[in-house]
Amino acid sequence: MLHNKSFVKKTKGGKVMKQVREHYLRDDIYCGAPSCTVCDSSGARLSSSASTILVVDTNVVLNQIDLLENSAIDDVVVLSIVLEEVKNKNMSVYNRLRAICSNSNRKFFVFSNEYHRDTYVKEMSGETKNDRNDRAIRVATQWYQKHLGGAVKVLLVTNDKENKRKASEEGICAETVESYVKSLDRPDLLDLLVRPSSEDAEMADVEDHRPSKRKVIYSEHKPMSEITSGLHRGIYHQGKLRVNRYNPFEAYVGSESIGDEIIIYGRSNMNRAFDGDIVAVELLPEDQWQGEKSLSIVGEEDEDEDEDVHLAPNSADDAPRTTPQQGSTGVINAGSSRPSGRIVGIIKRNWHSYCGSLEPMPMPGGSRGVAYALFVSKDRRFPKIRIQTRQLENLLDKRIMVSVDSWDRQSRYPSGHYVRTIGDIGDRDTESEVVLIENDINSRPFSAQVLACLPPLPWSVSSEDLSIPFRQDLRHLRVFSVDPPGCKDIDDALHCYALPNGNFEVGVHIADVTNFVFPGTPLDDEASQRGTSVYLVERRIDMLPKPLTEDVCSLRSDVERLAFSVIWVPSADYWEFIFSKKISTLAFCIWVHTHRFALALFMYVQEMTPEADIISTRYTKSVIKSAAALSYVEAQARMDDSRLMDPVTTDLRNMNSLAKKMRLRRIERGALTLASAEVKFQIDTETHDPLDIGMYQIREANQMVEEFMLAANVSVAQQILKSFPLCSLLRRHPTPTKEMLEPLLRVSAAIGLNLDVSSSKALADSLDLAVGGDPYFNKLIRILATRCMSQAVYFCSGDLSPPEYHHYGLATPLYTHFTSPIRRYADVIVHRLLAASIGISKLPSVFQDRLQLTSIADNLNYRHRNAQMAGRASVELHTLIYFRKRPTDTEARIVKIRSNGFFVFVPKYGIEGPVYLTTRAEKGSGEWYVDEQEQKIKKMDGSFSYSILQTVQIHMEVVEPQPNRPKLQLTLI
Amino acid sequence: MEYVSPEGLRLDGRRPMEMRQIRAEIGAVSKADGSAVFEMGNTKVIAAVYGPREVQNRSQQLSDKALVRCEYNMANFSTGDRMRKPKGDRRSTEISLVIRQTLEECILTHLMPRSQIDIYVQVLQADGGTRSACINAATLALADAGIPMRDLVTSCSAGYLNSTPLLDLNYVEDSAGGPDVTVGILPKLDKVTLLQMDSKLPIDILENVIQLATEGCKAIANYIREILLENTKELEYRRGS
Ligand SMILES: [Zn+2]
Repeated sequence: MLHNKSFVKKTKGGKVMKQVREHYLRDDIYCGAPSCTVCDSSGARLSSSASTILVVDTNVVLNQIDLLENSAIDDVVVLSIVLEEVKNKNMSVYNRLRAICSNSNRKFFVFSNEYHRDTYVKEMSGETKNDRNDRAIRVATQWYQKHLGGAVKVLLVTNDKENKRKASEEGICAETVESYVKSLDRPDLLDLLVRPSSEDAEMADVEDHRPSKRKVIYSEHKPMSEITSGLHRGIYHQGKLRVNRYNPFEAYVGSESIGDEIIIYGRSNMNRAFDGDIVAVELLPEDQWQGEKSLSIVGEEDEDEDEDVHLAPNSADDAPRTTPQQGSTGVINAGSSRPSGRIVGIIKRNWHSYCGSLEPMPMPGGSRGVAYALFVSKDRRFPKIRIQTRQLENLLDKRIMVSVDSWDRQSRYPSGHYVRTIGDIGDRDTESEVVLIENDINSRPFSAQVLACLPPLPWSVSSEDLSIPFRQDLRHLRVFSVDPPGCKDIDDALHCYALPNGNFEVGVHIADVTNFVFPGTPLDDEASQRGTSVYLVERRIDMLPKPLTEDVCSLRSDVERLAFSVIWVPSADYWEFIFSKKISTLAFCIWVHTHRFALALFMYVQEMTPEADIISTRYTKSVIKSAAALSYVEAQARMDDSRLMDPVTTDLRNMNSLAKKMRLRRIERGALTLASAEVKFQIDTETHDPLDIGMYQIREANQMVEEFMLAANVSVAQQILKSFPLCSLLRRHPTPTKEMLEPLLRVSAAIGLNLDVSSSKALADSLDLAVGGDPYFNKLIRILATRCMSQAVYFCSGDLSPPEYHHYGLATPLYTHFTSPIRRYADVIVHRLLAASIGISKLPSVFQDRLQLTSIADNLNYRHRNAQMAGRASVELHTLIYFRKRPTDTEARIVKIRSNGFFVFVPKYGIEGPVYLTTRAEKGSGEWYVDEQEQKIKKMDGSFSYSILQTVQIHMEVVEPQPNRPKLQLTLI
Repeated sequence: MEYVSPEGLRLDGRRPMEMRQIRAEIGAVSKADGSAVFEMGNTKVIAAVYGPREVQNRSQQLSDKALVRCEYNMANFSTGDRMRKPKGDRRSTEISLVIRQTLEECILTHLMPRSQIDIYVQVLQADGGTRSACINAATLALADAGIPMRDLVTSCSAGYLNSTPLLDLNYVEDSAGGPDVTVGILPKLDKVTLLQMDSKLPIDILENVIQLATEGCKAIANYIREILLENTKELEYRRGS
């Protein structure tokens, strides 16, 4: 087998060190053609009837990966040298190429030319690495032609002129990508081609008739050497560019060198950078730090900023960032000006494919030809992209994906190429897929390796599970769950016992997911990557495979399930309780003996009084059997029906009264009662169309469950942090800055409401006092307050100092997520930490690696955020579908005053959008003017005005101002 | 990092179950009673054996068996960076001990009471698997010195990277930080005399990896036997002339 022809390959390392590597050349590497008589054809991938076999060079792969991904291109030989070069240049293209190669539907064969004794080439003296590799590709192509004989044409596809010339000289067939694709007579494939940038200038001429077009629009990017030295000398700053989701003309670069965010205003300062690019920024002179904003927007007015109706934001992260404007209320501006800058160079591009549609345009005369179109990304952070297409007709009403190829100084927009069509605009499935792609959500089915990690099904609690000493048998407890109706992934259940002395024992039982998901398994890796389940209106994308989420882990009623329990119990009674369970003293002693920690655990038990003081807590893995899986509505109905006296109902009432006390105490400590407008759809089970839409009603039962979950999370956070001060995963909610609360303060000042924002306690109190003329007023103020705050985030306790652990909204110094391990990976991590902290398992090795832990936390935040964005986008989509057939009149509240109208919030549907008093054309014509101080928009003659928070009647209707671009329009009645 | 390509080739072109090229030469140090050079790929080790001879330090003399001593070191030029390493660092002390214990197991020490056998092993060039190469070189040198042995001892390592068991790791693969199992066997008696592992492995995979390393040991044993046979023939031929 082993062809032992060894030789020595010398490479100079960075340290100018001779490195000697063995390199074995073999004679058992096969060609991959099934018709070959010489080779072993068991691993053959090429088709047996192929008349042409393609060999692609590195640059073709790097530039034309979209083309290669198209199934029209097949019978391709990928040389190992090409793979290696691609891997060194662009990891993401490498992964895509590998995916094609391993796809059994495609006929791509990897030929390890570097290890084949006939195709390996040694570097010649004076030859560059590139030349050597090009030669290797030619040698391999030639070998294939000779090996397969005249029946098959082996074609080298290369765009490198020199390489092509040499190939022809050596008698190898070679063609450029363009000429090869043209020879296939498939015009749609031509759209996938990336055009070399030399063609760019010509394209611009054809496309744009404005004389301004030929001007240089953007300043030059500095060469890398200059950037490096600039970074070194501190005149440039490096960071990742993040574009404001709601205002694409504003971006931020988090810079470590100046320890602050640098704001970039306007496209010209952004200088062709995309969201996610690593850029070099130069600070602007300090006197230009303000006023830049208004300037830049005026300059780019042709890019229309027609605002759409959106779901009302739930936090500051969902809302446009507001930078303080000069001359409004006096609260702001004392030294709050932030550094602004402009981008001088791009260190690393983050270009990928974008979802969107073509800008509506008339069909050019003489169709069938090449047309130029502007692609508008659905995600507004990205600029429009110019593409060339031969199938304009087909694409105008489609959602498509487009990749960016280049962006030169003369073009306003980057140029790119069409990748694929997702479906019709407005079609629910298409739009849902767009939502998933846009938010980077993996909705593919779980792989076989992941599914192989599942326990054998059907699963049930075995005697083995029961015999594990640390797993306590709690099946005798009257445990039940309360969840939203139709909930199948039940991760929490409760029990509550009145003890003879008047105290209560309360337990929170959480699905024992870590009993099935082991660290380091494919299942664990997949869950860690997904981070969270995603809830769209019409479907759920699970973090864990369905058998786990809906059956094995789910704490369903009347079946035995494994749980991780947090139990609050009184000490003296606890011993009684243990013995009442008829655990024989002997057995119990043995248990304590074999598990020394258990003793310590029991000593640490205190009391929960009728006043709901949770004094101490016990944690144990357990087996439970839920007596009932109630919905919020059912639980509420039971509590409210005074005739019902059954045990579960009594437990519910006891718990509810405890929860109320706990809640009161929490609010006394300064927890905020925040509000958001959540909407609920009723979906037609067959067509999946929304039938009804309305506010999500929060009942006492919801609050009761939530209260105990909060308490469990807080208890667990304390427990894990005590054991693992450096590697616990916690959740914090940063205190909002004055600047963030500014919009709220401006509104409250205008309506004469006095809000004290000095602390969460003060804010909570003044929110309680905010009572206006109507019942909804208080809720509205709370909604406005909530959207000023940023969201809570996960972090690794070793990365921050304890004061920063604070959770502002809940007013608790420590918080984590423990109660939903079926649908959140953070909870899985916390379960492992808790199990280790009570000594029943070892801490997995990942916890020793703080960098990795931090990156896990970052990924969880990213996934969590994306899941929320996707959920919101899905609601927006269904709102649009719902109103398509149902124009409606409803009540709305003004939440923001604009120069040409105002933004209204529609409480009933949870949406927010602009109402225009003047049309765009007459903007600034002077009929209306804005009084910033009073937050009013007034008619010039003083006859009429609208003020903030005012109730207005509006008409909601879906209109199509441009074909295939439906949008929801709000107008005053 | 990809140590095994989806095509099933390792970085140096071997398949997972293949060993590097091995080469051995007997009698490289004429002054010694027995000596050998052993190469596994680019790893090159020289071993010299002196003895059995009188015990130098009387206090160490054993009345019932021979005293076996082993000294291991790495030549300063054996790795790319020519760093001067202090003699007797922890690593070489450990390896000396491993080699001594492994070989002591197969030398019939009870036949040579009150004597001493010295084994010197030096790494000339290091490219992974030095431990195994040292043991293989020492076995050959012992055989060359005519020291009575129960059996040959041969050693080979195996690792586990990219979910694949790999035989005979080279330096690059060794530096990946994955599990690295070194096994030493007495091939005729089919007994394991050395088993070392860095890092962790699930038990079922460990079995496979050990099995693979053992196969490697057997292949080396066959090769060593051939070399010894050839050597003996040559000696016979020389004596005959
Ligand atoms: Zn062949």
